[in-house]
Amino acid sequence: MIRAVLVMNTQGRPRITKFYEFWPVEKQHEAIRNVFSVLCSRAEHVSNFVDAESIFGPDSRLVYKHFATLYFVFIFDSSENELAMLDLIQVFVETLDKCFRNVCELDIVFNYSKIHAILDEIIFGGQVLETSSTEVMKAVEEITKLEAASNAINLVSKSVSNWRSR
Amino acid sequence: MEQLKTIGRELAMGSQGGFGQSKEFLDLVKSIGEARSKAEEDRIVLREIETLKRRLLEPDIPKRKMKEYIIRLLYVEMLGHDASFGYIHAVKMTHDDALPLKRTGYLAVTLFLSDDHDLIILIVNTIQKDLRSDNYLVVCAALNAVCKLINDETIPAVLPQVVELLGHSKEAVRKKAVMALHRFYQKSPGAVSHLVSNFRKRLCDNDPGVMGASLCPLFDLVTIDAKSYKDLVSSFVSILKQVAERRLPKSYDYHQMPAPFIQVKLLKILALLGSGDKQASESMYTVLGDIIRKSDSSTNIGNAVLYECICCVASIHPNPKLLESAADVIAKFLKSDSHNLKYMGIDALGRLIKLSPQIAEQHQLAVIDCLEDPDDTLKRKTFELLYKMTKSSNVEVIVDRMVDYMISISDDHYKTYIASRCVELAEQFAPSNHWFIQTMNKVFEHAGDLVNIKVAHNLMRLIAEGFGEDDDATDSQLRSSAVESYLRIIGEPKLPSMFLQVICWVLGEYGTADGKHSASYISGKLCDIAEAYSNDETVKVFTKIQLFANKAGKFKAYAISALMKIYAFEVAAGRKVDMLPECQSFIEELLASHSTDLQQRAYELQAVVGLDAQAVQAILPRDTRCEEIEVDKDLSFLNGYVDQAIEKGAQPYIAEDERNGMGNVSNLRSQDQHESIQHGLRFEAYELPKPPMQSKVDPVSSTDVVPVPEALSYRETHPISSVGSTSEAGSSELKLRLDGVQKKWGRPTYSTPTSSTTNSPSEKPANGASHVDSATASYSKSRDSQNTKKTEIDPEKQKLAASLFGGSSQPERRSSTGHKASRSSGGAADGSRGSKAVEKTIQQPPPPDLLDFSDEPTVTSALPSVDPFKQLEGLLDSSMSSTTNHNAGTATIAPDIMSLYGDSTASQDSLDIFHGLSTEPTGATSGETTVTTLPQSVKGPNAKDALEKDALVRQMGVNPTSQNPNLFRDLLG
Repeated sequence: MIRAVLVMNTQGRPRITKFYEFWPVEKQHEAIRNVFSVLCSRAEHVSNFVDAESIFGPDSRLVYKHFATLYFVFIFDSSENELAMLDLIQVFVETLDKCFRNVCELDIVFNYSKIHAILDEIIFGGQVLETSSTEVMKAVEEITKLEAASNAINLVSKSVSNWRSR
Repeated sequence: MEQLKTIGRELAMGSQGGFGQSKEFLDLVKSIGEARSKAEEDRIVLREIETLKRRLLEPDIPKRKMKEYIIRLLYVEMLGHDASFGYIHAVKMTHDDALPLKRTGYLAVTLFLSDDHDLIILIVNTIQKDLRSDNYLVVCAALNAVCKLINDETIPAVLPQVVELLGHSKEAVRKKAVMALHRFYQKSPGAVSHLVSNFRKRLCDNDPGVMGASLCPLFDLVTIDAKSYKDLVSSFVSILKQVAERRLPKSYDYHQMPAPFIQVKLLKILALLGSGDKQASESMYTVLGDIIRKSDSSTNIGNAVLYECICCVASIHPNPKLLESAADVIAKFLKSDSHNLKYMGIDALGRLIKLSPQIAEQHQLAVIDCLEDPDDTLKRKTFELLYKMTKSSNVEVIVDRMVDYMISISDDHYKTYIASRCVELAEQFAPSNHWFIQTMNKVFEHAGDLVNIKVAHNLMRLIAEGFGEDDDATDSQLRSSAVESYLRIIGEPKLPSMFLQVICWVLGEYGTADGKHSASYISGKLCDIAEAYSNDETVKVFTKIQLFANKAGKFKAYAISALMKIYAFEVAAGRKVDMLPECQSFIEELLASHSTDLQQRAYELQAVVGLDAQAVQAILPRDTRCEEIEVDKDLSFLNGYVDQAIEKGAQPYIAEDERNGMGNVSNLRSQDQHESIQHGLRFEAYELPKPPMQSKVDPVSSTDVVPVPEALSYRETHPISSVGSTSEAGSSELKLRLDGVQKKWGRPTYSTPTSSTTNSPSEKPANGASHVDSATASYSKSRDSQNTKKTEIDPEKQKLAASLFGGSSQPERRSSTGHKASRSSGGAADGSRGSKAVEKTIQQPPPPDLLDFSDEPTVTSALPSVDPFKQLEGLLDSSMSSTTNHNAGTATIAPDIMSLYGDSTASQDSLDIFHGLSTEPTGATSGETTVTTLPQSVKGPNAKDALEKDALVRQMGVNPTSQNPNLFRDLLG
């Protein structure tokens, strides 16, 4: 299963962190720092895999990908395939790109819950749910649409009631 | 009007992503982004926490404001600060009816809470309700929360709803329900064991996505118990076949691959099911072959599937054809420029190597490239591979490499790991005691206290006992070489304490044994250590003074015990003890020590030194470390005294339990047994898992090998042998495997830095190796004349390759003579690579004068006991390894080589040696052709001398220009 998804920038600031098993906040933070110190010390054209057992305990592997100012990191166990995970990062990033048209770090910072919505459509409870970015987009758009609809209803009802009460 | 504007903005924000952010939040993010230091960032976040705390207390917070606060809380917590004060608001938000709020609430609680958090109880009810909702998005949000928040206590509360959702009309929900159930299974297998059949059922779901989701739990189930799922083999195979044949809808394609993630999972499951099951495996062969053929190796995901295929092929009952194509895929991986693929290739090679050891050989240069790669991940993976292929012929090179790497890294976790690997390999395969001690010293020096204490005990025991052979000369020579090395090392600053213990002990026991060093010299050294380490550590570290004071005390104890032994041996030998002034003052210091232990040791020392020779000999006899101490546990020698006392009217002894009226009379023995059982249990529990390499050695057979100091003191108090053996069963993991290596260890002539081509331990590798080198060298020269266009390759690498892989060529050669046809067809597929490999190998710079080489006086001679035919095999072998691939297209190999060498003899007279060997493999020829050597270098037991000589031979014979001093550093350690 996938243990955690981390997105951090090249200064080591976390942007999205999702642990699929519970980790106390301090330990999460420590792990993120350790991961970052490993990642930033790696040269450019080397493999995307890192030995993660010292950070995340036995039977854990780490795959990362570097895009512009962001590191995308997946941590998982031996029941997943490294190369496949690398592609899953690709799926995630592709979807973000489709969603925000040329995604950049700021999009991720300001659209926290939407990013999580996307991630939840790709990985569910630590298992790979969907690998087609079009399908993910469809699902996310549907959520957005429904949310917007319920927003509108709320707003209308609220303004109507406000107006009535006046 | 004002109100309309806000509504408009909110609507606009809502359309952007369903959540509007206030200026406050934007400012927060911006200021954090601009923070220049961690401290500044922390200040900003702490201020934000204060703001949020205040805001959350305000009454009647508008809901969308609340939503933003929750997001801000998440943000704060992501930055590593505690946001627990706001958890309750997130929980409240899950109760909201509006979908965006509910979703945010669920998102927040899944990120905030652990599954045993107190607040979970407030959510369970909501989850139950939401799982029954008509809106599938609500259901999905609840399922998402369920995965993270439900633990074995709360599973029963939501289980019925989740199971119901398995039949939901929307496949997205079914899929998530399967995964949620899987999560339940992972968390608490007992709670859902009765529902396991649902996973089987979902395998037949109409929707391939749901089927794919059910593979994950099935993989877990098969991992635990493959037997009960054997009936599904045919289903899995047919699903995989359909997927591979693109029967799934196009929407499941990913980069033109049909549902690769499903393929990967299926291959993983099949690998488990086919392992050790011939029948099941046979049903998989066709589909595996198809997939390997069809998979697109140009995409990442295609390679992922290919890699899984190799893993599957390596795990199931072997099929030669599949192994061949798997080897081809590995070759592609290793040749790729991508580090990722190289990594996968090395990993796959490690898996396949158990089944067909010969495949490593074609890739030797690629493996060495990976070993020298700057990428740490790749390097470590390669060490993993080398660990798997270590044997006595290449152990030195591999362990030396590992030690070098160990020295270079600072990651304690991996350092511990690789140190234990080094120790394990060294104990298992060490070619000579001298090498073993040197290696252990290096490991101790650099990994220090990360090494298991048992390793130190083993080392001391080894030095004390030798190798179980009744050859005192070897043993004492071993000891003096150990003493020498420790006297050298002792000057280095900051030695780890465990290593110091070993040093002190060895110096105390054997420092003066060979008469080379005087007692005062050794004792002076010991005092220096005690001095250096007691001051050094205590002064420097203030906070841990207590700890280090203890540590320093330990050093002093080691040192004074060693001193006592040295003086005792002096007295026993009838020499006068003249203490150095610093020793005197050291002892005086300890006499006044606060530690009673140190004090006692010091007084004992004084007393012993004052005794006469005979008494001292009785107290501290020389070299009796390993003798069993018989303990008379009945204390029968006191019987006379007791009888006398009773006669005089003393009370007879009553056992303690009798005295206490415990009733149950149990004698000392049964108590002891009880204790031993307890020990046995405890040791069992902590026993480490057995690494695969050691399985061939029976741990029981080495029962009498126990860490010395522990065992001795233990036996003194608990004489029952069962106690000793239980403790050993537990510690067998780290014990020296003397039975396996005994034959080689301690053999006076067996000492060589590398034994590149032999894999039979009885051979004399130095001889074989130098021959091979000459052979390949001359061969390369002859080829040189024909083949002008060549790629340059580092001879160092070839050398390393030969020392690493040389031994493994033996089995291949055998099989190649036996089944030439099949072998060559295997090589045919990668003929081009093969020829390239040849080009690479023959690049070795030829010695300037081969005739000279044959007259080289230092070429080691063949011992009569060495079978020259075997040497020849070794010879042919390594040259074969470079030529087999070249000749892959042809059906015959050996004749070809012969003719090649024949050609070369025609052109080069100097090849006569080799030619003669290859055509007439008799003892006589080999004896004649190999030039006689200095007898003492072979016969003499001095391992170090032999080592150096051998190095000289190599240097002169193989590579006279000595372009790569590094190489020899590698080989010599």
